[in-house]
Amino acid sequence: MTAPMDVCERVLELVDDGVEAEVRVTAGTEALTRFATGFIHQNVADEARLVHLRVVVDGRVAEATTTQVSDDALGRLVRSALDAAALQPVDPGWPGLAPVASPPDIDHWDDATASADPAARAERVGAFVKAADGLETAGFCSTEGLHVAFANSAGQRLTGRTTSAQLDGIARTGTSDGSDRATSVRLADLDGAAAGREASRRAREAADATDLEPGSYEVVLSPSCVVNVLAFLAIYGFNARAVEEGRSFTRIGEAQFDRSISLADDVAHPLAAGIGFDAEGTPKRRHQLVERGVTTAVVHDRRTAKALGAESTGHAVPGGGAFGALPANLVLDAGVAAPDELVVNIGRGLLVTDFWYTRVLDPRTIVVTGLTRNGVWLVEDGRIVRPVTNLRFTQSFVEALGPGAVKGVGSDQTLVGGATFGFGAYVVPSLHLAAWNFTGGAKG
Amino acid sequence: MFEYAEAAVEAAIAAGARYADARVMDRRHESMAARNGEIEGLTQEQSVGIGVRALIGSGWGFASTADLDTDAARRVGAEAAAIARASASVPGADLELTPVEVRQDSWANEVREDPLAVPLAEKGDMLATVTRTMKDHGADTANAGYDIWDTTKWLVSSEGHRIDQHIVECGARMDATANGETETQRRSYPGIRGQYGTRGWELVRELDLPGNSARIAEEARALLTAPECPSHDAIDLIIGSEQMALQIHESVGHAVELDRILGWEAAFAGTSWLDLAQLGSLRFGSDLMNVTADATLPGALGSFGYDDEGTPAHPVDIVKDGIWVGTLSGRDSAALAGINESGGAVRGDGYNRLPMVRMTNVGLLPGDSSLEEMIAATEDGILVDTNRSWSIDDKRLNFQFGCEIGWEIKNGKRGRMIKNPTYTGIGPNFWQSLDMLGNESEWTFWGTPNCGKGQPGQIGHTGHPSVPCRFRSVRVGVRG
Repeated sequence: MTAPMDVCERVLELVDDGVEAEVRVTAGTEALTRFATGFIHQNVADEARLVHLRVVVDGRVAEATTTQVSDDALGRLVRSALDAAALQPVDPGWPGLAPVASPPDIDHWDDATASADPAARAERVGAFVKAADGLETAGFCSTEGLHVAFANSAGQRLTGRTTSAQLDGIARTGTSDGSDRATSVRLADLDGAAAGREASRRAREAADATDLEPGSYEVVLSPSCVVNVLAFLAIYGFNARAVEEGRSFTRIGEAQFDRSISLADDVAHPLAAGIGFDAEGTPKRRHQLVERGVTTAVVHDRRTAKALGAESTGHAVPGGGAFGALPANLVLDAGVAAPDELVVNIGRGLLVTDFWYTRVLDPRTIVVTGLTRNGVWLVEDGRIVRPVTNLRFTQSFVEALGPGAVKGVGSDQTLVGGATFGFGAYVVPSLHLAAWNFTGGAKG
Repeated sequence: MFEYAEAAVEAAIAAGARYADARVMDRRHESMAARNGEIEGLTQEQSVGIGVRALIGSGWGFASTADLDTDAARRVGAEAAAIARASASVPGADLELTPVEVRQDSWANEVREDPLAVPLAEKGDMLATVTRTMKDHGADTANAGYDIWDTTKWLVSSEGHRIDQHIVECGARMDATANGETETQRRSYPGIRGQYGTRGWELVRELDLPGNSARIAEEARALLTAPECPSHDAIDLIIGSEQMALQIHESVGHAVELDRILGWEAAFAGTSWLDLAQLGSLRFGSDLMNVTADATLPGALGSFGYDDEGTPAHPVDIVKDGIWVGTLSGRDSAALAGINESGGAVRGDGYNRLPMVRMTNVGLLPGDSSLEEMIAATEDGILVDTNRSWSIDDKRLNFQFGCEIGWEIKNGKRGRMIKNPTYTGIGPNFWQSLDMLGNESEWTFWGTPNCGKGQPGQIGHTGHPSVPCRFRSVRVGVRG
């Protein structure tokens, strides 16, 4: 494999003096083993590679990408970008290139995960299937190892690498599904048998569910549900582009959340995965967004920072110029209660395993509709009474975490991958919330 | 490029695969975006590489690389077979493939005006102008953009397929957002995702973004002071064709994907409420409901000459006179389900993604009513259009959709504009309440350029011919 930084330097050498340019090269292996109805049916590996170039000629901006790294291909890449820039109008919002700055000292990397073969993934899948003890199963086990290099004509040079492994599966009875999942920098941390047992237990305990009248209920949300809530807050609220356009709920300095909520973006967290700089070459630092319920900051890329008179916080995303900035490594502080203790504290409410197909209805208040999935149970006086059929909810995610709305925070901080519609991985605990608005049964 | 695909297939077969195919793909994508009168981004992407699929026993192995030479092709061919062999440690019954005629052919869609040849300055001027116009007419934020994809692919299979295709797709979109004290309202044109097709730049010219920019900005502003959509447990609902495209996509298209019905997507995208034992007898909708999956429709976004298994494009009946009669399938899923031939619906998103069942052009055949006739025939109802939000359960039964705009219908006349309209229902109940169907003059081939499916994730381009429709006794105005 050609070293990514070598490709960056070769591209920059092809760009004329006086042209602002930045190059980002991603290379590595992405592999995923998928199973359904109890057997491996899809199994893939890609030698991933992408070269991304952004040039700015007298304030005129253009971007180009290629998967090819021959001299001819890189020459075409540069010419294509320069030719396109020459035809563009001046971009008044162009913030300039990232200055030279060093990244945090992190290395979320594991050699064994980067080089994992299909047999290693199949072993975990096999263990999951076996542990489900006769129930039908489906899911995936993935591994990836990516090297990223960044260079710009302002002198910034950065390299990073990250591995990640995920195991995510369901077990199915005739009337119910149960799920379990795990994400880590190390494939060795993923226990297929344990995940299969847990998914199987949930599926069996969710079997023969009966309907529940829609309404407002207390809920205990699993980490996967909590990640979903935070992803919407990130996209529609903490994204400085939403602030700039007047679409964000955030008001810096105000107590918009319960006092038990403290939220930061922190790629250096021990459980996190990822690299220490963003798509524009800005290093990432721990960035506090909510401190004991008070909104303290939003996340910026260089464009929103210029527009709002701030500094980039290192949250530019590839191809995200028009979208804005996103946190890829949110960390929600843990509480002291074990998940079971959160359930014990429910008066009358629901224990929810997963959310499904959540979509925003009102981006300002982040009213979202979606459904429950993979196991919901009615809890009365701290005891699980019975499984209930899936429910549709329509709920403001801001209000759900508002002052006085959080009754408990779990101690079970967990890394959950694919946080923001496939981008990033968040570290979160379970939450006990005072109210969640269920607006219908899944049957109508 | 055929030589690389042939080398890959030979290597996979030599490594023990009983079937293999390989696709070399060269895809160029150009996109430009403007905001508030300024161009904000121009991106030109080129993705070139080879992906190889090998079948051993019950499992596919797939490997891909951006390295395009004979050695690399042989390497990933052998790797695909090795991956398929590893799958055998968690085996199922052997997968069979339905037979398909082996062809050597070339295919390209009709393009009157090459979109990549239209000067960037002209395309940029259009986007900047329409966003400026929207700002001038009340938008706080105005966005516009276009996308062009120019894809050439070369398919070789161990059965002898040798097919190259050149597919050009393009389209455009714009939206205006108005901010109120505590809310934002948005209007999009021509739809939330724009409009896309397998056509040249003539499609974008026909959309006439400049001629609609002032109107949608004014509508976004007007929505801020419009009354909220009233809540009704049961009311007549007329749905415009853009929202109907989404309705078809989510509650019919995904539900009839055979891989979902077989459980292959159970953990992620979900399954389907449909049971193969009822294929040919289940009542899906009213007698007016006729749905086809037809990849031969000229200009529609889900059109092609051959799918990525080499199956020729052909129309497939999905729902006929309200009865469920067909699925979206590929060679493996059709064989497993006991269906005689592949539906020709297998495609991969780029060289580095495993081809899988995707929608082609799944759409409603037109009826004999016009939108105005539907309004005139409605005593008390709601008219909605332009998708704003979409959510549906993992069996594709329970849906709740939101639209950007609505109007009350009173005594056969369009009344007040209303905001935040939503409606909810259960697929077959909803479709069985269909009682008026738009006519051929209103038949629009909507294109969806962002259908997500699969792991690793794939983005599919799908088409949805649709017309305005009226449904009876629908729950609308669901509140949070």
